[in-house]
Amino acid sequence: MVGCSRLLLALFVLPAMAAAQEVRVFRGARIVPIDGPPIDDGVLVVRGRVIEALGARDAVAVPAGAEVVDVTGRTLIPGLVCSHSHIGAVAGADGSGPIQPEVRALDSIDPRDPGIQKAQAGGITTANVMPGSGHLLSGQTVYLKLRDGRTVDDLLIRTADGGIAGGLKMANGTNPQRDPPFAGTRGKAAALVRAQFHRAREYQRKVAAANGDPTKLPERSLGLEALVEVLEQKRVVHHHTHRADDILTVLRLREEFGFRCVLHHVSEGALVAAEIAAAGVPCSVIVIDSPGGKLEARNLSLETGAVLDRAGVLVGFHTDDGITDSRLFLRSGALAVRAGMDRDQALAALTLANARMLDLQDRIGSLAPGKDADFVVLSGDPFAVRTQVLQTWIEGSKVFDLDDPRDRLMAYGGYGASEGQAMSMCCFGQGGQ
Amino acid sequence: MLASTFAVGFGLGWAGALLPQEPPPAAAPPARAFAVVAETVHTMAGPPIADGVVLVRDGRIERIGKAVDVAVPDGMPVWRAAVVTPGLIDAHATVGLSGVLNVRHDQDQLERSAAVQPELRALDAYHARDPLVAWLRSFGITTVHTGHAPGALVSGQTMVVKTHGRSADQDVVVPLAMVAVTLGDGGRAGDGKAPGTRAKAVAMLREELQRAREYAAKRAADAEAPVDLGREVMAQVLRKEVPLLVTAHRAHDLQAALRVAQEFDVRVVLDGAAEAYTMLPELQRAGVAVLPHPTMARTVGELKNGTMELPRLLLEAGVPFALQSGFESYVPKSRVVLFEAGVAIGHGLPADAALRALTADAARLCGIDARTGTLVAGKDADLALWDGDPFEYTTHCLGTVIDGIEYRDGPR
Repeated sequence: MVGCSRLLLALFVLPAMAAAQEVRVFRGARIVPIDGPPIDDGVLVVRGRVIEALGARDAVAVPAGAEVVDVTGRTLIPGLVCSHSHIGAVAGADGSGPIQPEVRALDSIDPRDPGIQKAQAGGITTANVMPGSGHLLSGQTVYLKLRDGRTVDDLLIRTADGGIAGGLKMANGTNPQRDPPFAGTRGKAAALVRAQFHRAREYQRKVAAANGDPTKLPERSLGLEALVEVLEQKRVVHHHTHRADDILTVLRLREEFGFRCVLHHVSEGALVAAEIAAAGVPCSVIVIDSPGGKLEARNLSLETGAVLDRAGVLVGFHTDDGITDSRLFLRSGALAVRAGMDRDQALAALTLANARMLDLQDRIGSLAPGKDADFVVLSGDPFAVRTQVLQTWIEGSKVFDLDDPRDRLMAYGGYGASEGQAMSMCCFGQGGQ
Repeated sequence: MLASTFAVGFGLGWAGALLPQEPPPAAAPPARAFAVVAETVHTMAGPPIADGVVLVRDGRIERIGKAVDVAVPDGMPVWRAAVVTPGLIDAHATVGLSGVLNVRHDQDQLERSAAVQPELRALDAYHARDPLVAWLRSFGITTVHTGHAPGALVSGQTMVVKTHGRSADQDVVVPLAMVAVTLGDGGRAGDGKAPGTRAKAVAMLREELQRAREYAAKRAADAEAPVDLGREVMAQVLRKEVPLLVTAHRAHDLQAALRVAQEFDVRVVLDGAAEAYTMLPELQRAGVAVLPHPTMARTVGELKNGTMELPRLLLEAGVPFALQSGFESYVPKSRVVLFEAGVAIGHGLPADAALRALTADAARLCGIDARTGTLVAGKDADLALWDGDPFEYTTHCLGTVIDGIEYRDGPR
């Protein structure tokens, strides 16, 4: 019996292993590794799911039996990492309360949502998919590899300890302000959050005091468990915040409770760049074509990325899809360059900087031996208006090809391209309508 | 370069936090005469001029040509750029009515008290000093066709205005440009009010045109007959003095618009038109102009079948079109038509067609081509100055000239 099941296992596993060890060589492109200088006429060797080698044509040997893909004249960059997205019909907390840490985004994801394919068309290979900003704490976020999958499990990223990679979504400012039990003011919002973190500390102490004795353990709390992960710096807080004073409130709470966090949107980040830099907190910045649309975004600026970067802050950009379109994610970096940001830093802000914010910098975000083979084949300069995403590869598998009519429909749009696509935009229409 | 970009950011972007909400327009004192000199001048009235000069005097273009042919008089101030184009025209927006803050007191683009209100003038609602007007100008846009938004069957009038940011009365070019109509889901009144269906909406529109026809006859026969402000406007539509601007996205709604236009012999301009690519021959035959939805418009709801290739498809089918920023209810509160054109170019629209759509073609569509849209001696001195290809993401707009007044908003 045992022998039989082992044989079955072998039958299932061996072909997969063989496929996983396929070797492909992408030759002739300008390779932009992000964590090293660009390589003209470069070679990228992919074995199975990982990058084996990269370098100049004459410096990297083509392994015997490798399939050679001619990408002459193309530009090859790491798969883009979006640190803040709402694709996949994601939903989190409901209207029953302002703080719901037990809610997981992963339990809502529709892997067939066209938004995921459109993100592939934009060159995005990893996304932090989050619940909205209508709560002080709207749930656990999930970091997804945008593999072609049938279930959300096919898209998950496993951490070294076998857990599911993700953060925790929080928000302040006007979006989570509502009638009780929600907070109606900023002071109340901060008080509710502080009280919740004190409960989590107490829970943490009780669990520690029980020392593994089940009779002494407190009643299990799914929500407080997630917050203890935050207190123990195992789970990063992704904090929506726009106005300068709200940004400082996040820094104050972080100081009090010692959690790790990423500031998201930071419309007025340039006004408190020194404080953000001193705290060493990364910023995931949104790039929007005009200021306003809501009171707290009245001072939104295209210069935010440039100002924060010069102040020494780790800067990434995000789509906030559907606020901006995942298919045009490169454009966010390009507009930041227009507004004065260094080009290399702007490209890193779409890749490696975001990977750092998700604690995934050892696996994704740059092209280096041993890293996941996640990359994008571009027709030209990443920041040129005519440049097309030609192909997107995740872990050695092609997930998008502009030459494929179905993929092209997703990339450009047309009849049926958005059928069934969920639109998740917090507070859309609350402003002025 | 970086320092000046940053300074501009503070001037327009951050000032709201530090200074009173509405800074005065950034107009330099108007020089009576000055020259604009550029490596390339796109006149849109002929081939581009290499090493070109535009002489501006008293608000008009005095002379334009190659530097070797057009001497800059001694002592005349000179403004230099890599590229000069006509000031860009946003062929449809709601800027000035849909304010930057998006709170009740600055949203005047849609009156919901009745389904049919053609008497609502854009002139009475346009807020020239809304920061978004100056924001658009900083990206080269010198003229905007703006007014009442989609969202009611007949939501009101539109106007054409220059982006000086002074006042509606000072800046207006065409006080009544079009009458805004919305068909399809966007035109439903909601709350059980009429129109509640597509068929009802079209019936109500036909009814309104019929009543206006009768009203016009009555007024023609009897000058003392009581004035009806709405029907006065619809009578202008029936006389083809003013087109209907019909916002519709689904193909069957676009077809309904053509049906009504034919029945009442009125002019229509189709706005949005996400599914226009399914009926290009009909549109071409009808000779109808289209304002395709912003290229980056979200493809949800009635735009679910939208494509970023629509401008290219219209061009190839010979359907006249111009580009627009449209209406946004959230963020971005105003799109920038320059950026929408850039993404259209990224999806196959040739750059020269894109520039025509933002200048000469938009001017024709808005009925202002005698004054602006091309760089020709005698026309309004409306220019945009650039440090490179206007459509590249990383190019900057250095500033604009509107009616001969310099706005040094850039580089942005």
